[in-house]
Amino acid sequence: MKPFAYVRAERTEQALAACAHRPRAQYLAGGTNLVDLMKLGVADPPLLVDIGRLPLDTVDETPDGGLGIGATVRNSDLAAHPLVRTRYPVLSQALLSGASPQLRNAATTGGNLLQRTRCPYFQDVSHPCNKREPGTGCPARDGVHRDLAVLGHSPHCVATHPSDMAVALAALDARVHLLGPDGPRVVPLTDFHRLPGDHPEQDTVIRPGELITEVVLPPPAGAGAYRKARDRASYAFALASVAAVLDVADGRVRHAALAFGGLAHRPWRARAAEEVLRGAPAVEETFARAVDAELEAARPLRDNGFKVPLARGLAVRVLTDLAAAS
Amino acid sequence: MDRDGTAGPDPAGHDDRGDERRHGHGPGNSRHDGPDRPGESTSSTVLQVNGSIHHLRLDHRTTLLDALREHLDLTGAKKGCDHGQCGACTVLVDGRRVNSCLVLAVACDGPVTTVEGLAEGGRPHPLQEAFVARDALQCGYCTPGQLCSAVALLAEAAAGHPSHVTPPRAARAGGPAELTRDEIRERMSGNLCRCGAYPHIVDAVTDAHRETVR
Repeated sequence: MKPFAYVRAERTEQALAACAHRPRAQYLAGGTNLVDLMKLGVADPPLLVDIGRLPLDTVDETPDGGLGIGATVRNSDLAAHPLVRTRYPVLSQALLSGASPQLRNAATTGGNLLQRTRCPYFQDVSHPCNKREPGTGCPARDGVHRDLAVLGHSPHCVATHPSDMAVALAALDARVHLLGPDGPRVVPLTDFHRLPGDHPEQDTVIRPGELITEVVLPPPAGAGAYRKARDRASYAFALASVAAVLDVADGRVRHAALAFGGLAHRPWRARAAEEVLRGAPAVEETFARAVDAELEAARPLRDNGFKVPLARGLAVRVLTDLAAAS
Repeated sequence: MDRDGTAGPDPAGHDDRGDERRHGHGPGNSRHDGPDRPGESTSSTVLQVNGSIHHLRLDHRTTLLDALREHLDLTGAKKGCDHGQCGACTVLVDGRRVNSCLVLAVACDGPVTTVEGLAEGGRPHPLQEAFVARDALQCGYCTPGQLCSAVALLAEAAAGHPSHVTPPRAARAGGPAELTRDEIRERMSGNLCRCGAYPHIVDAVTDAHRETVR
């Protein structure tokens, strides 16, 4: 690891000021991904601005009945929060299916969104990687890519976003509140992460020096659940996962939101599937047709074609279970 | 401030510092309020470990694990993978289990408890006794991390934290978690044991849980 300077921010403005005009400075919160990447030589910030003590660690009901989640709320605290457990179980389940208790105790809301891909080539500096060093190539495309993307990848990058939490937030229509040198702005979570395209080095639309301050959820729009498939029973990244929110009235779908994890460079909101679902009978046949409409766009690589039927099975099952319970 | 040795903190005030810092006000925050010198790669820092206060000047790269092992001679917490994947380095910070290999020592908040601090009044912690009684180890390398992790597990379960395997209805209802074997296995999944002592570890945690709820 290369030497670096360290400052601790007590106020949000202090954090922004410390990062201003220091384009390679990074904010440090839980550090569960950043410190690891620094050990691996993938990240080498000259300055860490510690935001762990900023007063962004609360979960509060919003006036419209939604939920405001502070950027430094720990993943474990968020998963156990009574309002999350009772009103947004899809979020609690997604959080609890990720990482380990130790990691969830440290990892934060904002850090979870900004974590980097676990693509083996990105994490190994002895290999080229367009995400780590633009223009050097993507060995994963023809190499070890069993865990990587089947949707939305580009010739330059086939990485997947590793978060479970973000998949639930995508289905919940969460909005990301940012504060930067030019003031505050709000970005829908589904627009926060990018597809790789020609610039896989940019995971998100966050600007230099910008800080995530809060993630805001609208009031619950239906019953929700998260389901994840992985190589072992616990403590592993998703091969494929699905977050679903479903509201059924008189046997028909009134609201449906579906998002996939483990399939793409960002949480994959399944808009094509939702279009099929809206107003349709809430039965397994509809769910299968809707999911197929979405996964038509899949372009598996040599060794990860299994992800398509895996994701299909997960999604149909989750929607069927939610419909049965409603 | 204490970086320059001009205003060493008052040890008598330390018990409150963790909480004060967590809430973003109070004198405990002064630790890194001194002149920030971009480019400087070391800081003075204060660690409270197993009830003792330690003043250290550390390279910012020093993890909490390395500070414990290399600077404080507390070699109970083990370096396994050094990447947050094995749990051998698990310690408690403010009562919460964390991977000490991923915590920068200068960023560490709150009192630290390592396996050396679990015993009270010369008597091993009930979990330590249960691990011995159940033969819940073979080589023992992962055991300090398993113990710290299990101590936190019992507290989390008592506080009603759900896990990935908690049935949705119970997760919604809250209340102390029922610690079935599946629950214990899931909640201990951040601690690997390459000897494969898992069945006896689950037995030991089950025993200690019965002891604490009795």
